[in-house]
Amino acid sequence: MLILTCPNCGVTAEETEFHAGGEAHLKRFGPGATDAEFESYLFMRENPKGVHFERWRHVYGCGKWFHAARDTVTLEVFGTYTAQTSTIPQDILDKVRDRRPNWQGQGAPR
Amino acid sequence: MSEAISALNGAVFKEGIAEILGLDPIGMISIRGDLSASYMKKALKKAVGVGMPGIREISLAGDKGVAWMSPDELLLICPYTDVANALESLKKGFGDNHALAVNVSDARAVFRIKGPNTREVLAKLAPVDLSPQAFGPGMIRRTRLAQVPAAFWMEDTDTAQLVCFRSVAQYVFDLLKTAAQPGSEVGFYRS
Repeated sequence: MLILTCPNCGVTAEETEFHAGGEAHLKRFGPGATDAEFESYLFMRENPKGVHFERWRHVYGCGKWFHAARDTVTLEVFGTYTAQTSTIPQDILDKVRDRRPNWQGQGAPR
Repeated sequence: MSEAISALNGAVFKEGIAEILGLDPIGMISIRGDLSASYMKKALKKAVGVGMPGIREISLAGDKGVAWMSPDELLLICPYTDVANALESLKKGFGDNHALAVNVSDARAVFRIKGPNTREVLAKLAPVDLSPQAFGPGMIRRTRLAQVPAAFWMEDTDTAQLVCFRSVAQYVFDLLKTAAQPGSEVGFYRS
């Protein structure tokens, strides 16, 4: 079971109080993009065994969105951070590298 | 105005390990806006006479108060008959600023859970640490109760007040009754 801390209201709760919102930090391709870019934006997702960056919503609590960095295998949560960013904060990256020294940055925004 | 009747019209359950009381409607106003703005603080003070609650806190003065619901949302609580006045006062306080206040009293149901096992009854239904060290009077928690959203706060160490949507009032009452059924004490929070 995942235990997440909502950075908006500070509540720490298990995953049933939240709702998963899929992969984080997608770059949007809209009008003017090539078909391949648009297809990739719509359908192509990371499916890593290990470090993953996700969007979550505190659906039964404050109702706000946030980002979470976690491990898909061990369910270890490295940290949660604001939804109002398109880059991963350095302190979150540091925590991930601290726990997973061999992590090569897969899943991080390109 | 027609007479306001609560969803379950005063249902009570007193046979269990905690008393479950369906309360008469209370006035509730949902407020959205910039909580750090000075006009917001002034408007609250004027409407119900309490200050801005801190994060996840509820400031109560008698039957009036304000609860922190999210970084841009508050819930104002007052007697049911005072809602129109409070709303008027809030709107005057907001002036031309971008803020919103809506009467949601009739969209909600209110319960009181009373007795030494109150924390246990809630802990069976919500994924919340309800130990007295983690959750005490002055705090409010929005969470889920089995399958529906709810919010509750402690009136004192052995009494909690709970709000949920009116449409699920019967479901919540049944949940609370089940969680409080006779002989179901767990004794987890007893020292």
